[in-house]
Amino acid sequence: MGSYVIKRVIQAFFLIKLVMVIVFLLLHMTGDPVLIMLDTDATSEDIAEMRKVMGFDQPLWVQYIRFFKSALKGDFGESIEHGEPAMALVLERFPATLEMALGAFMFAVVIGIPFGCLAAFKEGSLYDKICIGITVLIQAVPDFWLAIMSIMFFSVFLGVLPSFGRGGWQHFIMPAFAASTYHMARLARLMRSQMLEVMRQDYIRTARAKGLNEKVILMVHALKNSAIPIVTVLGLDLGILLGGTVIIEVVFAWPGVGRLVIEAISNRDFPIVQSAVFLMASGFVLINLMVDLLYAYLDPRISYA
Amino acid sequence: MTVDREGIQSPLYLDDDGLLRESSRWQKAVASLRKDKSALFGVLILLVVVLCAVLAPIISPANPHEQLLSRSLKPPLWSDGQRIYILGTDHLGRDFLSRLIYGTRVSLAVGFFAVFLTGSVGLLVGLVSGYFGGKVDFVFMRLVDLVLSFPFILLALATIAIVGPSLTVLILVMSMRIWVIYARVVRGEVLSLREQEFVQGARSIGSSHIRIIFRHILPNVLAPVIIIASIYLGRMIIIEAGLSFLGLGVPPPTPTWGGLLSDGKVHLYTAWWVVTFPGLAITITVLGSNLVGDWLRNVLDPRLKSL
Repeated sequence: MGSYVIKRVIQAFFLIKLVMVIVFLLLHMTGDPVLIMLDTDATSEDIAEMRKVMGFDQPLWVQYIRFFKSALKGDFGESIEHGEPAMALVLERFPATLEMALGAFMFAVVIGIPFGCLAAFKEGSLYDKICIGITVLIQAVPDFWLAIMSIMFFSVFLGVLPSFGRGGWQHFIMPAFAASTYHMARLARLMRSQMLEVMRQDYIRTARAKGLNEKVILMVHALKNSAIPIVTVLGLDLGILLGGTVIIEVVFAWPGVGRLVIEAISNRDFPIVQSAVFLMASGFVLINLMVDLLYAYLDPRISYA
Repeated sequence: MTVDREGIQSPLYLDDDGLLRESSRWQKAVASLRKDKSALFGVLILLVVVLCAVLAPIISPANPHEQLLSRSLKPPLWSDGQRIYILGTDHLGRDFLSRLIYGTRVSLAVGFFAVFLTGSVGLLVGLVSGYFGGKVDFVFMRLVDLVLSFPFILLALATIAIVGPSLTVLILVMSMRIWVIYARVVRGEVLSLREQEFVQGARSIGSSHIRIIFRHILPNVLAPVIIIASIYLGRMIIIEAGLSFLGLGVPPPTPTWGGLLSDGKVHLYTAWWVVTFPGLAITITVLGSNLVGDWLRNVLDPRLKSL
């Protein structure tokens, strides 16, 4: 167990280093980063000037070492658009993204898991069939379209919820719910099939044979053992939500990292794009690390040789 | 003895030479379609959508690019005296139904190509990695870990932003992430297959690695590949629509469902149809693909439920 933890931490460390290399190479993908950063009407003096200022006239490995050294200090250069440190701008937007990701995650867990469990308990019933039908349908609906439709219904038609911006719970409820739907449906389906599988196990039959109360069997024996694989999925979902609510942020003009990146892309503000990709990818790696460690703790049967 | 060859009712049947045979998984799958109403529904949806894409120039009531500002944002069933605009018009007065029908082309093209590309790459990596093991396997699986540890959307956005949007870039970017799913599943299958008697037997009579991989192992891993492909076709269509919605998909004036939604979002307050129908089109198509995926998984390989 101890060696597994160390191995996994080292692996995560290397992944973050690789993230840095990829973020660095992003700008060099088309050949000359200066041509990407400047407008098409820039003169050749402008280009030479920019190249010198940004250090692009140096060999690639020199550039990388310089990038790596400043990245370690959290310095990803200044935003071309705002003239402020890019990472600071991204971090400023991060709480908004975190708020929405956690909200969506909460909706998915609080609604998806109980509904999935109930469907499994009542396997084959009308309730079960309706549940399956709804989850199948929800998984086919693009979340950003659901977001637009909910704006049309709740903001335009009923006029009860604000259609954009961040503020109180009224601002928060539509974007968080829209971002959660896919994960919610998938979680409900997984919970259901996981539960059904656990209920067929010998230890459940033993518990029944002992004459235990059915509620105790379900809540203690079945639910606890179904939880383990679900933890992995939950971790992945949280990671995806943190890095993937871009479109929902754009639809609701939510002032998060995703919307900042989209703005930065249209302004060719690459230090911001690099900072955001680095921040999100590192967060993703760290969440995966924590999930794996939690998984090893929850399920001691698995050997990590 | 009469055996119903048409509907293969029982798993056992007599073939043309009078030998007793067990029907294959594929035959069972086709036979089960008769009983499984939702699967049949899914297959029908996909057929209709594919037909729409192929026959777009024939079945579209109008030219999807023909603009006329005097008839902009007319509601569904509006008539200009000559004909009825069944789904109304968009902000430039273009026939919305025609644009929707043409939009199937991009969605399906991106979906199918991306699924084909990711399936082939993932299959090949999985086969090689699982069969040879050792260093090759180690390198490929670390690559898989690397891809899985990246938040896909941001990287896709950054790449498209730098390289510039086009159909090819879109397909490549979307494929970056998905091939690993095939690779992992195929590798797992191959690991257990290569220890089985028929592979050992083939090896003992001196079959080459290439022959063993393609003749003996490949047919046995096709089922999971097809299941993953049908499940991810729907995801691909949603991702394509999302990127087009952000203006990072196939550039205008080509009509795409995501592009229609993005154009329509501005007119949300006055014209409900321009945001409603493209989303419905995406939902119905993805629903069809998901239903087919679920059905194939249930008949071919129910173990893959967590996909």
